[in-house]
Amino acid sequence: MVWINSVIQGVMLGGLYALFAAGLSLMFGVMRFVNIAHGDFIVVGAYLIVTFIVSWGLHPAIGVAMVLLLVACAGYLNQRVLLNRVLGKDILPPILVTFGMSIIIQNGLLELYSADSQKLQTGWLETTSLQVADKLAIGLLPALMFLTALGVIAMLQFIFYRTPLGRMLRATSDDPEIVPLMGGRNAHTFALATGLASLVVGIAGIWLAMKTNFDPAAGPARLLFAFEAVIIGGLGNIWGTLLGGIILGVAQTIGAQIDAGVQILAGHLAFLLVLVIRPTGLFPKVSH
Amino acid sequence: MTMIAHTQSKPVLQFGASVLILGGALLVLASAPFWAGRAELRLLMEALSYLALAQMWNLLAGYTGLVSVGQQAFVGLGGYLFFALAIFGGIGVVPALILSAFGTAIIAIPTGWLAFRLNGAYFAIGTWVIAEVYRLGVAQVSALGGGSGISLPVDIARSLAEGRAEREMVMYYIAFAIGTASVLLVWGILKSRWGLAMTAIRDSELAAETIGVNTRRLKFSVYVLTAGFTALAGGFLFLQKLRITPDAAFSVNDWTAFVLFIVVIGGLGTIEGPIIGTILFFALRQVAADWGTWYLMLMGAIAIGVMLMDKRGIWGWIAARTGWSLFPTRRLL
Repeated sequence: MVWINSVIQGVMLGGLYALFAAGLSLMFGVMRFVNIAHGDFIVVGAYLIVTFIVSWGLHPAIGVAMVLLLVACAGYLNQRVLLNRVLGKDILPPILVTFGMSIIIQNGLLELYSADSQKLQTGWLETTSLQVADKLAIGLLPALMFLTALGVIAMLQFIFYRTPLGRMLRATSDDPEIVPLMGGRNAHTFALATGLASLVVGIAGIWLAMKTNFDPAAGPARLLFAFEAVIIGGLGNIWGTLLGGIILGVAQTIGAQIDAGVQILAGHLAFLLVLVIRPTGLFPKVSH
Repeated sequence: MTMIAHTQSKPVLQFGASVLILGGALLVLASAPFWAGRAELRLLMEALSYLALAQMWNLLAGYTGLVSVGQQAFVGLGGYLFFALAIFGGIGVVPALILSAFGTAIIAIPTGWLAFRLNGAYFAIGTWVIAEVYRLGVAQVSALGGGSGISLPVDIARSLAEGRAEREMVMYYIAFAIGTASVLLVWGILKSRWGLAMTAIRDSELAAETIGVNTRRLKFSVYVLTAGFTALAGGFLFLQKLRITPDAAFSVNDWTAFVLFIVVIGGLGTIEGPIIGTILFFALRQVAADWGTWYLMLMGAIAIGVMLMDKRGIWGWIAARTGWSLFPTRRLL
């Protein structure tokens, strides 16, 4: 029963990792762009929600709305003003610029909030759980987190394949040189993609704040989890990313069950194992 | 970059100037124990180690296009192997450093085999994951102190030389050897057949393959070689610190982010770039020592600024305007 419990916990945790990964996957899909500061952006989201709700005492709904609005706008502007200028065939400039951002964000947060770890207390949400069977309960908070991941991924899938914005994103992803000839504006489309990805980053940040302790240096590890979920699931497959997150989450909770010290290591090893067996991920949609 | 011909430059005069500058710099560095104080000497040792890290990262990213953000794996492995060999193997300091470099190069073969399954930006983050695996793995080894690390026994450091001044002099010359050897190694490689193949890859990987360059094998060899040399510098850095912990040994910020900034600010794909970048990095660190985290943010901002203004970095910008080259590697047909 202990093992079934860890698997269930792992699946829920996988939802969080899928949330981490969705934004990364979206940006790579549209712009072939890996954001080294992705994890740090998630942590910024977590700090913002704590600041709004705990420090400023705002109503949670208003706090959430403000975080989402703020990060989505910041993402759009960041892409429009800065990141668009380093996009191109050369992979180094975007890596370097986002590495620079990562260092700036980590040290900026350290300066503003100190190195103390934080967590958003959620009261009854945290303590309520659904009794599934004897000795087997699912916490309300993890369950909601997993449902959020399902919802976000369904939303992205819908936007991508059922809306004019999605058509534009897919067209720009397929051939960024032809789209401007048809009257599309790449700079704007790329910025919209990052804005949308940042919205998901905001959601991920809020769940990070509720689920675990975090500190200014927590970003890089979240980037790696996100990256692993994307690769395990297979490039360009957003539902695959959810599955990748679940595999990662389950590997971690089973690792933790064996020895608390090897939780993270077990996740990384699961990722490397997939890399050995299937370098293109388990369910690849596009090949690169 | 350096190999683009600038016909208007005067090679003879420039050759004289290069010899003068390089000879002068070598003389100043070689005589440092006789003019520098303890603090300056320590700073120079660290700078020379960073120069080696920067040259290696530059060889990898600037010439073969392999952008790794996981080089801390090899700094950490070099450091830990050195500590293990010196403490448990009872091997002398210098042989232990060299052995740990070779040992790390051997570990880099399976590591590279894994990392090379990913391309481009994915390769970059994949190398980072692998470095994390080594960090978490080492933290599980209780003989090496687990997560809290291990110190180098005093008598091992003492085995280098009797007095403190002599010991520091020996340490300095080890660093001097590592720093200058890294420059010479990269220069030698660029002038060899490998260098020719790398230039071909840099200009067009597809064209290089069609004329018979085995690009994968070349990249893999460079990856393993840079891993070994990076480990040598890593071993020395932790000999200087006398203590190693998993977090310090496998720090992405210390051993990769700053090295990246050094290379990119100085000039990627040039031998001079990492030298200029290292000098700037340490000069800035001395000036901004009291600024704490603001200094790190400033470094990040400068690196972003360089990418936005001129991707070639400081030396790339100078070379493009003047045609200067301290280390001539170009071939005139």
